[in-house]
Amino acid sequence: MINKIVQSMAEALADVRDGAVILVGGFGSIGQPNALIYGLIEQGAKDLTVVANNAGVGHVGLARLMEVGRVRKIVCSYPRTSDPVVFEELYRDGKIELEVMPQGTMAERMRAAGAGIPAFYTPTSVGTLLAAGKEQREFGGRKYVLEQAFHGDVALIEAWEADRWGNLTYRSSARNFNPVMAMAAKLTIAQAQHIVELGGIDPEHVVTPGIYVDRVVHVPYGEPTVT
Amino acid sequence: MRANVNVKANLSRIAACKPWTREQIAARAAHDIPEGFYVNLGIGIPVHVANHVPKDREVIIQSENGILGMGPAPAPDKINPWLINASKQYVTLVPGGSYVHHADSFAMIRGGHLDLCVLGAFQVAENGDFANWSKSETDMPSVGGAMDLAVGAKSVWLLMDHTTKDGESKVMRRCTYPLTAGGAAKRVYTNLAVLDVTDKGFVVRDIVPGLTFEALQDVTDAPLHLAN
Repeated sequence: MINKIVQSMAEALADVRDGAVILVGGFGSIGQPNALIYGLIEQGAKDLTVVANNAGVGHVGLARLMEVGRVRKIVCSYPRTSDPVVFEELYRDGKIELEVMPQGTMAERMRAAGAGIPAFYTPTSVGTLLAAGKEQREFGGRKYVLEQAFHGDVALIEAWEADRWGNLTYRSSARNFNPVMAMAAKLTIAQAQHIVELGGIDPEHVVTPGIYVDRVVHVPYGEPTVT
Repeated sequence: MRANVNVKANLSRIAACKPWTREQIAARAAHDIPEGFYVNLGIGIPVHVANHVPKDREVIIQSENGILGMGPAPAPDKINPWLINASKQYVTLVPGGSYVHHADSFAMIRGGHLDLCVLGAFQVAENGDFANWSKSETDMPSVGGAMDLAVGAKSVWLLMDHTTKDGESKVMRRCTYPLTAGGAAKRVYTNLAVLDVTDKGFVVRDIVPGLTFEALQDVTDAPLHLAN
């Protein structure tokens, strides 16, 4: 019997290695799997490259992971969000590396990784600093930049419902990067508010089919706060 | 860069009129969006546009974080804590609205499906270039979805202050900050004027009451043209 539901955070985060590329879902704090992030702090992996839309807020979740010195590099589209105190200090002191990429390019690079597409051309960033050094090509008289698929070692996902096969649903705008990141990593770990019986999710409503998900941990934490 | 003495003169010229507030800038833009448009609102002044679309007009607002059919801010007792806009403020979903993931959201954006995006900007130039993600090569850069929106939407409007707090023009002959996109801006709503970006440069559509065309030109780096 397939059962991807694990009983502890330690089991969920087993064998996340030092130096791993970790994809972290969420847009700001909404849809961000904070329980898994705290589990990762406990687990101890370091020298991580973290891919997330923002660079953490205040001292919680992702910011806390950076504050305890586990993140070597962050890849994001928008670090200048409200109150990125931890990131700002690390960045100013040269203690963390930053790679900024356009949000849509970031999403599509991970989608491509999950879909077996090694690279694609996009009109985004043509003529800007973010296209520097990248191959360009014209199609139909318009310039495009070549972007490569972006693979993760581990994806940390926040879901609303999950079943033992790893089928997932999401809540409102907390969906954001989660389904894309779930496809793009070798090991995908989801925290879910609700565990339901197999068949309990209407097949028309499954957003992330279980084939993309390796482990599920039940975290009924209630409502998120915008921090 | 203009001499400091001119910048001081700029500040006194601006103080002599009553510049539009951020809400007024957003309201002006909202009233100009045609019925049936699919529109993305960027962070900063643009998010306020959602609160000012006339009630009798159906405009479908997209938010980069996966919302199609975004409504105005909720009443305090009607907050859905899972539903935020690009500025990470609580919003609502209108009947008919839907949620998508980020790759689909940016397929809408990059794929030419949006009629319009409304963005904030640090600088705009008379050739439609604009800059809104980094003030220097050493500044902490934050691009978000701006570069995808700038190349993907059928039209780009910018909502911004006309000058910096020190009186330096943000409406330029050429941008000095790193570009978000070249030649993309089509219209600019500032606290002092509404400008169209045309083949001959900026054409003034409207000026805040109390400011003359000449005074507007004095506080603007780029040459301005009167509408016919």
